[in-house]
Amino acid sequence: MKKGHIIGLGIIAIAIVIIMTSIGDASSYESFNTAWEMKEDGEDKAIHVVGQLKKDGAGQVTGIEVREDKTSFTFMLVDNEGTEQKVFYNEPVPADFQRSEQVVVIGSYRDKDIFVADKILMKCPSKYQETDVQAAGM
Amino acid sequence: MINTFVGNLGHLMTIVAFVSALVSAFAYIQYFQANEIDKASWRRFSRISFYIHAVSTALIAFSLFEIIYNHRYEYFYAYSHSSKALPVHYMISSFWEGQEGAFILWAFWNVVLGVILIHTNKFWEAPVMVVFALVQAFLVSMILGVVIGDLKIGSSPFILLRDATQAPIFELNPDFVPEDGTGLNPLLQNIWMVIHPPTLFMGYASTLIPFAFLIGGLVTKRYSEWIRPALPWAIFSAMILGMGIIMGAYWAYVTLNFGGYWNWDPVENAVYVPWLILVAAIHTMITFKKSATALKTSIVLVILSFILVLYATFLVRSGVLGDASVHSFTDLGLSGQLLVYMLFFMVIAIFLAARAWKHIPSSEKEASVYSREFWIFLGAVTLGLMSFQVILPTSIPAWNALVESFGGISNMAPPADQVEFYTKFQLWFAVVIALLTAVGQFFWWQKMDKKALKEALVTPYVISVLLSAGVIVLAKVYDWKYIIIVLAGMFTIVANSVILARLLKKSTFKLAGGSLAHIGLGMILIGIMFSSGYSDVISINMSGLTYSNSWEDEMNKEHVLLWINKPTQMKDYTVIYRGRQKKVVGVPEYVPAKLLESTGNVNEALALADYKDYFKKGDIVKLVLEENDYFKIDYYQNETLKFSLAPMSQFNESMGGLISSPDSKIYLNRDLYTYVAAMNDYADPDWKEDENYEVSPGEQFHIADFVTYFDGAEVLKEIEGYTLQEGDVAVKAKLRVLDYDVEKLLEPTFIIRNNQVGKLPVVDTELGLKVSLENILPEQNKFVFKVNQYQKDYVVMKAIVKPYINVLWIGTIIMLIGFTVAIFRRFDEFAKMRDKGME
Repeated sequence: MKKGHIIGLGIIAIAIVIIMTSIGDASSYESFNTAWEMKEDGEDKAIHVVGQLKKDGAGQVTGIEVREDKTSFTFMLVDNEGTEQKVFYNEPVPADFQRSEQVVVIGSYRDKDIFVADKILMKCPSKYQETDVQAAGM
Repeated sequence: MINTFVGNLGHLMTIVAFVSALVSAFAYIQYFQANEIDKASWRRFSRISFYIHAVSTALIAFSLFEIIYNHRYEYFYAYSHSSKALPVHYMISSFWEGQEGAFILWAFWNVVLGVILIHTNKFWEAPVMVVFALVQAFLVSMILGVVIGDLKIGSSPFILLRDATQAPIFELNPDFVPEDGTGLNPLLQNIWMVIHPPTLFMGYASTLIPFAFLIGGLVTKRYSEWIRPALPWAIFSAMILGMGIIMGAYWAYVTLNFGGYWNWDPVENAVYVPWLILVAAIHTMITFKKSATALKTSIVLVILSFILVLYATFLVRSGVLGDASVHSFTDLGLSGQLLVYMLFFMVIAIFLAARAWKHIPSSEKEASVYSREFWIFLGAVTLGLMSFQVILPTSIPAWNALVESFGGISNMAPPADQVEFYTKFQLWFAVVIALLTAVGQFFWWQKMDKKALKEALVTPYVISVLLSAGVIVLAKVYDWKYIIIVLAGMFTIVANSVILARLLKKSTFKLAGGSLAHIGLGMILIGIMFSSGYSDVISINMSGLTYSNSWEDEMNKEHVLLWINKPTQMKDYTVIYRGRQKKVVGVPEYVPAKLLESTGNVNEALALADYKDYFKKGDIVKLVLEENDYFKIDYYQNETLKFSLAPMSQFNESMGGLISSPDSKIYLNRDLYTYVAAMNDYADPDWKEDENYEVSPGEQFHIADFVTYFDGAEVLKEIEGYTLQEGDVAVKAKLRVLDYDVEKLLEPTFIIRNNQVGKLPVVDTELGLKVSLENILPEQNKFVFKVNQYQKDYVVMKAIVKPYINVLWIGTIIMLIGFTVAIFRRFDEFAKMRDKGME
């Protein structure tokens, strides 16, 4: 039964490696405060922060600054604890960015002033929740 | 008028389908247990009840399509998934855009497969159809739309808009019917989206068949006989599911601006994993047929593949993926129901398998290293580990939800860079698989010992090393990881080609399925390595200009800003953006958008000028999907125009925002893939302050940066769209504005009537200019022009070269052909045994 045991041990070893790396490479959901603490502790791993775009009194999105070559921009994100943070994204403004209800930024702090997002996920108002029938119908 | 008939029909049929599914499950159990005398009548009754179920399921589908096809916007489903402007083939996509439609599609395929099984099986009909009918009961319950107290069972697609929303209009007028629907998601307006979902759902549906045979086998204590009828269907299922996955990947490649065909998104992973397990199951089932080993492994894998399909459905449709995926569905309140569905079959399968476990024959003797069983087993193990590596991190959101449902807090998130994370494992597993298939095939077809193995492998090994060396040198593959992939892929291709050649010489094409599928695998591996590993972003800023002089400049800018008409260098090409275009019915090429003006009707425009021989000025033309803009990008090499691409964007107000689709130049050995990431919005321009210019006819001056010639003015006798009266004076100034190689004629007009001055300014959206003739100073022979600037039209574009992507596509096709050949062979074997009365 020797060969069978070796294969069995091999499978278990690889499975353990997979589990360890999955846990090790898994990112986490943080607030800007905890993300900054991580950065100060020297942790450079990309993390997820969930938040909403900053809005002015009239409900308009504010704080989006597009760079001159239009290939990158910064915006203000308010996380679920209410912390405001300037975020830089090295891509053009996504099309439905301003309409998004919720924005998830994946990235890390560069310094206290700027959070660099490697990736942005947006949650847009779902069609299923659409109740504004009038505007479309009349 | 509100038509409630179709909706009521659909709803009624849903209830009929649900009840008849339960009845046929019950009837088939009776048929199965009945004695010889009652058997015939129970069989008739079971079949009739399943046929009633089949017809009612078809009628559910018919009712829903009727609602969409006839634009019945009083129904929520039609209102929120389609619109009048949609052509018929996209109405089909509307059908399954919503989850309810997808469930109907799934149930419909199950019915089709069920009817085929009834007619191709004798012994297995009853046990298999019990499982089928139970699955159908669960699926139909997803669209039942019944509310009992707080318990909501299913979400009906047949509810009226007025019941689905609380819009105030319905209080004033309950019979209000919206003029138009909100339309189909533009991303789904693609021919691949018409055929990808049905294929994928056919794949989902067909995983049920091997599972049903297995359950039948466990119940009837035919622990090993179920393999024969199940095998062709398992291969069929893997083929269709694989085809569905590939179509999805191709759709993503041609429609989405992800920049590729595979993104390791949870939704993609959720179908990839059951497919891997299914492929592993096929291999162990085939081994069992040949040598009576691996039965237990086969049983576990078949159960796992079916449960993983249900798990995938649960992940995608319960809303649990939430903000982890770009394209998961929202929660329709079905998560509990989906969970019950999955757990029900999981518990039954585990219970039956556990009960039968010690009766299941297994061979005690250890498989030798020189046996095919050993190599196949290693392959199945590798596939299992591959699946495990993908499903574990994909389940993180489900894990969080689980912890939270017990009151805990878990803030785990999927890996930040999914592509890198998954690739670093899957790549090496795939290399192992490739090597195993090459070696395994030799064991498969002949008895092997150490010496025979050496002899068999040495020729393919040498050939593949030589071929790989050629590829490595010619295509400049210098990364050691990629060199290993080329070697592994090439070894599979060569070794399996050798086997294929032998098989074709000695026997028939019927046996060639395995080697063909493995050749496809080798090509897929090499194609992925090239197209992803060596994909090259060529849209980088080459002007040397930096914009911000800070750390931002250090980041790679992977997009390039193209001002209209301005040549921009991009690697080997000079590219020029030439403006927006539209698709017009009956015109084979794109038409410049500036020649067309919307009439306000859906998909209709007025021609502002003649266009070739296709239409004349003043004609009313039909547009194909008016929201679509195609950006004309010309590619030059050595000052000559090589080709033009037209990446698309769609502005869909009711869907909210812009969606862009790529366009690619396809060469034999590479694709140039481009898409527009951002564009100018000139719908409501923010004009800058007035600038006044006093110029004499014949003079040259500058408007903004544009060299402009004032060629003079003429007195007009008539003006379009304006009636001139006696004594009116109308003067048109002729300005020629130069923008790179383009010359534009701007002709502002000035009218004097009874000492009153009227001005007709011209607006050029491409140049971002508004020019009006403000005044004429006859004594100085000068004209006064007022100019307002906005900004020139532009697009921000990304361009990627993907080498040898065609190797990948060809590989997938060969693999699918291999599967198909295997299906025929295995079905043949089953049919022969059945006709002998053995099954």
